[in-house]
Amino acid sequence: MKKMYKNLIGIAFLGGALALANTFLGPFELRILNLSAIYIILALSLNLLNGFTGLFSLGHAGFMAIGAYVSALLTMTPYQKEMNFFLAPIVPWMKDIQIPFVFALIAAGAFAALVAFLIGAPVLRLRDDYLAIATLGLAEIIRVLITNAQTLTNGAQGLKGIPKYSTTWVVWGAAALAALFMVMLLRSSYGRTIKAVRDDEIAAEAMGVNVFKVKLTTFVMSSFMAGVGGALLGHMITTIDPKMFTFLLTFNIILIVVLGGNGSITGSVLGAIIVTMLMEILRFLDMPMDFLFIKTSGLPGLRMVVFSIMLMFVVIYRQKGLMGSVEFSWDMFSGKSFRALGTSIFSRKNGKKGGR
Amino acid sequence: MLRTDGVSMRFGGLTAVADLNIEIDKNEIIGLIGPNGAGKTTAFNMITGVYAPSEGRIYFKGKDITGEKSHKITERGIARTFQNIRLFKEMNVLENVLVAGYLRMGTNVFQATLHLPGYLRKEKKSREFAMSLLESVNLADQAEESAIALPYGKQRRLEIVRALATKPSLLLLDEPAAGMNPQESIELMDFIVKIRDEYDLTILLIEHHMQVVMGVCERMYVLDYGVTIARGTPEVIQKDQKVIEAYLGVE
Repeated sequence: MKKMYKNLIGIAFLGGALALANTFLGPFELRILNLSAIYIILALSLNLLNGFTGLFSLGHAGFMAIGAYVSALLTMTPYQKEMNFFLAPIVPWMKDIQIPFVFALIAAGAFAALVAFLIGAPVLRLRDDYLAIATLGLAEIIRVLITNAQTLTNGAQGLKGIPKYSTTWVVWGAAALAALFMVMLLRSSYGRTIKAVRDDEIAAEAMGVNVFKVKLTTFVMSSFMAGVGGALLGHMITTIDPKMFTFLLTFNIILIVVLGGNGSITGSVLGAIIVTMLMEILRFLDMPMDFLFIKTSGLPGLRMVVFSIMLMFVVIYRQKGLMGSVEFSWDMFSGKSFRALGTSIFSRKNGKKGGR
Repeated sequence: MLRTDGVSMRFGGLTAVADLNIEIDKNEIIGLIGPNGAGKTTAFNMITGVYAPSEGRIYFKGKDITGEKSHKITERGIARTFQNIRLFKEMNVLENVLVAGYLRMGTNVFQATLHLPGYLRKEKKSREFAMSLLESVNLADQAEESAIALPYGKQRRLEIVRALATKPSLLLLDEPAAGMNPQESIELMDFIVKIRDEYDLTILLIEHHMQVVMGVCERMYVLDYGVTIARGTPEVIQKDQKVIEAYLGVE
């Protein structure tokens, strides 16, 4: 019961912090804050595949694109659609559809999930790098289809004037739901079978786990979350076009998952916040810089080098990422673990001395 | 209980198992022995559905199970352990057993994720069953420890317990005594007989420790290069000329 109070207090505290941020932060900072929430959803969904089921998927941008387009097309007014589709008119059956945001969001996830379900049967028979290549190809196929379906998606021009529904409460609410879902799923007995598939497929199968079905289930769940995340992204930026959903977007999410810890929900949440913030904080690297002797004329993409170096360090020195597979718990703050941390630092010092 | 009818397995030009005919009755403990590479594990893999046999049929409780998927066969009541231990590395001892228990829980992903009351009840029962299994092999104290941190002998026992958690009627043990000292092997023999009686099992085991095989098995089959060269009680096998040749070589 005591734990429940702590949880309630924690949630209230975070809610209060969000309310304060929502009132006092400027639009730019608020946008970064909300982008973090969307990246939390995306990182969690990719972690479900990469970290918990052991499926190396690189197709996330594709499912996000599906979600973003579905939700945008379902919420834009007929007038906005007409304005957008000036090269070729929109298909008649899509023209007048306009549904409430919540349903559009669910439809976005459901459609991405449906595509995942249809494609899952052949693709999930593959393993490891073959699966990665197949899903990467799938994302590209989706992108090319969107680019060329002029009358449905407005092709390369993209969609502009998407209703700005992604407020702080919406995105953080969705992120909280996503995190709650992941915790509940992975703590359950079904969650254990998911991890069993990751640890040893043959043993899992021999213990009566329908490995293929588990893989397909998590693939569909993950795609649903990716679709919702993509939709929220569209409703935040208010414009989408196919070029947004290249492999680079998937790479950003992989970065978060690996830095945060493959197989840690807490890691994905922290990783998403840290990486999104850093992406903005490090933006000065892309600008022209003026040191005492050296002047640079602005190198777009230099900040990505920092992330690449971070990634290399993680892969070499701390493969488990920030959190490893450890999850948040209140026990982390108890005196015991602080003491344990203290002794580990202390003993390390001692060890060095002893070695000398 | 289990009957294989002229089962063969070919990998390209290599015949790993040829015309295998095994018949096991309820509550028997049967040994499957033979030199390395004789095709014993391949036979296990065919029975448990890892491989579909190239020829022949496999019947379990009178039903044809040839070529069925592994998890389906486990559901029918055949469980196994592995020669090279295959525990779930990143889980603790209890979780390893609980994964196997999921099969008989009768719950689904929605009930589990939403933690519905029915699911919570089943989960509690599953945990109690898993703990009682762990107690029966003296692993209950280490339930929360990492499975792969256990000493080798305990990992073997955990694998057997994990297989038992699927509530099988036929248990296949692939070299359960591998890496055990003579004392541990004798304990293992007693343990095998004990679980047979306690859980009403039929057991088919592969083993190299002759002491274990001769001590515990009622009948046995001897494979060499995939061919069944002898069958019968331990006394018959011990005197069989072909078996002696296969094991000791012939001048």
